Amino acid sequence: MAEKEIRLKRTSLYASGSSPVNMIQAVFYNEDMLIYDLEDSVPAAEKDAARFLVYQMVKHHRPKDKYVCIRVNGIYSEYLEEDLQAAVRANPDGIRIPKVEYAREVQAVSVRIAEIEKKIGLKPGKIELICNIESYMGVLNAMEIAQADPRVVAMAVSAEDLTASMRAQRTKKGLEVFYARNAVLLACRAAGIDALDIVFSDIHDKEGLKEDTALAKNLGFDGKTCIHPRQIDTVNAYFTPSMKEIKYALRVLAAVEEGKKQGKGAVTLNGGMIDKPMELRARTTLAQAEAAGIRTEGMVV
Amino acid sequence: MKNAVGRELPERIGEYVVRPYQGAYAAVPSTEPVHTLRTAGKHVSGDKKILPDLAEAVRAVGLKDGMTVSFHHSFREGDEIIGQVLTAIREQGIKGLKFAPSAVVNIKNPSIVDFVKDGTIDRIEASGIRGELGDAVLSGLMEKPVILRTHGSRPRAIEAGELVIDVAFIGASAADEYGNATGQIGPNACGSLGYSFIDAASAAKVVVITDNLVDYPCNPVSISQQYVDYVVAVDRIGDPEKIGKGAARMTKNPRDLMIAERAADVMAASRLFRENFSFQTGAGAISIACTKYLAERMEQCGVKASFALGGMTAAIVEMYKKGLVRVLECSQSFDAVAARAIANEPGIVEIDNAVYSNPFSKGSMLDRLNFGVLAALEVDTDFNVNILTGSSGEMMGGLGGGPDVAAGADISIVCLPVVRGRTPSVTKRVFTCCTPGEAVACVVTEAGIALNPRHKQYQELKEDLEQAGLKLVTIEELQQIAESLTGVPKPIETTDRVVCVVEYRDGTVIDVIREIKRRDV
Repeated sequence: MAEKEIRLKRTSLYASGSSPVNMIQAVFYNEDMLIYDLEDSVPAAEKDAARFLVYQMVKHHRPKDKYVCIRVNGIYSEYLEEDLQAAVRANPDGIRIPKVEYAREVQAVSVRIAEIEKKIGLKPGKIELICNIESYMGVLNAMEIAQADPRVVAMAVSAEDLTASMRAQRTKKGLEVFYARNAVLLACRAAGIDALDIVFSDIHDKEGLKEDTALAKNLGFDGKTCIHPRQIDTVNAYFTPSMKEIKYALRVLAAVEEGKKQGKGAVTLNGGMIDKPMELRARTTLAQAEAAGIRTEGMVV
Repeated sequence: MKNAVGRELPERIGEYVVRPYQGAYAAVPSTEPVHTLRTAGKHVSGDKKILPDLAEAVRAVGLKDGMTVSFHHSFREGDEIIGQVLTAIREQGIKGLKFAPSAVVNIKNPSIVDFVKDGTIDRIEASGIRGELGDAVLSGLMEKPVILRTHGSRPRAIEAGELVIDVAFIGASAADEYGNATGQIGPNACGSLGYSFIDAASAAKVVVITDNLVDYPCNPVSISQQYVDYVVAVDRIGDPEKIGKGAARMTKNPRDLMIAERAADVMAASRLFRENFSFQTGAGAISIACTKYLAERMEQCGVKASFALGGMTAAIVEMYKKGLVRVLECSQSFDAVAARAIANEPGIVEIDNAVYSNPFSKGSMLDRLNFGVLAALEVDTDFNVNILTGSSGEMMGGLGGGPDVAAGADISIVCLPVVRGRTPSVTKRVFTCCTPGEAVACVVTEAGIALNPRHKQYQELKEDLEQAGLKLVTIEELQQIAESLTGVPKPIETTDRVVCVVEYRDGTVIDVIREIKRRDV
């Protein structure tokens, strides 16, 4: 069986479907995930045009080295059906669904995607899903949502609507969303999918961004959504693994390789079993290192 | 005939004899003594140079039909001297002048177009033309082609006798009644008057014009009394809002910031980035941001520069104040902070534009420059640079010192986005070739850094950038990325008539601009 391809998601950047200039420029920044947006950034009167532009962009001009997503409109909106029709045909890596609250919502979208995939001859299940968790109900149901469908590869917390739904005050320190960040993160870990952290909204506060990103990394997140291109390099830098992490990952993979050579079923390192998620984690660490320009080939471990 | 950058040129354009460009460093200067119309003067105690108004000055200098008048561009968009002087000339019925300002002048009220239409001016030699004048020239306003010269080429042309100035009108933010003048002090301080030095020393007659007559002797002095025939005090030399605007701001455009940071990374990665290096960054949005990123890298690495050259901005003055640069050599000042700094800081000095950039002198400061950061409208896959004409063939800027800096600096870095709006800026062939690719070391865009394999520093720079882990692409890749986003625009249609001659810094012709066919006319 082919090994699952590692797709880094250290940074996500939205480009509005109603702004061709933003869509063109976004290709050139260093974000891992580029999300062409059909939802909040597109005024109601421009939904059709944005859908068409995003379709053309993803179909014909998608950047090769990025995880390309399309954020569709809300599950209960009048635009969803047309959004999905266009998005699936454009064949992005993933579709980002906003304001997910229940597992059944994700399942319904997945079924609809499968129907369109079938109709246009795309490999069923090819398109992945990323669920945005933006309400208290989404947080409470995070476990079920994370495991709702095999297409779901990540969940992203979004703080603005979430705090509104909680009747909380949004603060820079973010204590009001601390629980939600952890709850979503744990649900992702349980499901074996990636966890993406909230945006840091003050684009002028570089020190604040560093602090918040350090926290996200320490909590265990795989990446963070950026509200401005200027945040990308800083966030990417924080998701660069330490030498200790890199060396551990190299040891894990060396042990796996050795196990394969010897035809062993179970592989151990320092007396502990190496399971599939550990191996995946190690490969992700090395991919992050490589993305940060660290050469791991021949490194003494 | 074709020149060395493959541009098809006529052998003559009216009376103008075309010498085709043969290579960035190919031409050699004449061995004749340098040309000047300056004559001896005689003044005795009690003589006065001050005249009541510009009309009197025009009469006193003996201005006649067909002569050449010059101005500097240091008041930029705020200039009101040119309009006042040309109006005084027109009122005396003088016709057929050659208008030879030191750079791009875009005055609006009155417009130069009016003076061309009424016959006061019939020839223009400048570093660029834009706005209403640019549009009009491209649409065939003038019978004789406009000659465009770089900053370095202008003093060269004057000393070679190609541009002969009869009367230099020099605006000053302060002057005394005996002709000592400066741009460094006064309510309308514009900083360096470096572009007027050659005019003062070479013109047959020199008139200083100020709105701020100070007690004798004016101090500091930029233009010395020994060159000055007459002084006129006027009510206004310009719009203080436009002359004296504050520090040029840092751009917030994330794309431009990214390009600027990459350009700073290129400099910091080079082996020439070492103690006592030198640089010129310029005044565009990307340039100013690049200056700030360069300062950050110098602080991080503990490296200091010996000098910064050319047009100064507040960002470079800030570097000087932090002790990051020993001397700022200012040929012009781009904002109020830089303008006033010359008078206040011993290491910030005004220099003659010829010292800065003349390729045919006994040494210009550009020859000692390590890094030059340049803006561009278009670059092509031969690394040729267009800094004059925009995507619809409109005149967008001036040659400025761009071609001089590219040729002088060890490493010239051209910064531009791969696409602007709906048109590609990295193309297969630039519409107007201003700087030859041979003189361009690298092109920095948001889509990557392309090194020029034909540049003298290529091998070393390639090693240095690879060592630093900077992502390199080919210029062809950049061109393809641009084209994939925008498609191929239809070529701009022109007639055969040449409306502008683009001279290289050595006086040869690197390109011509032909009259644009306007579909809407």
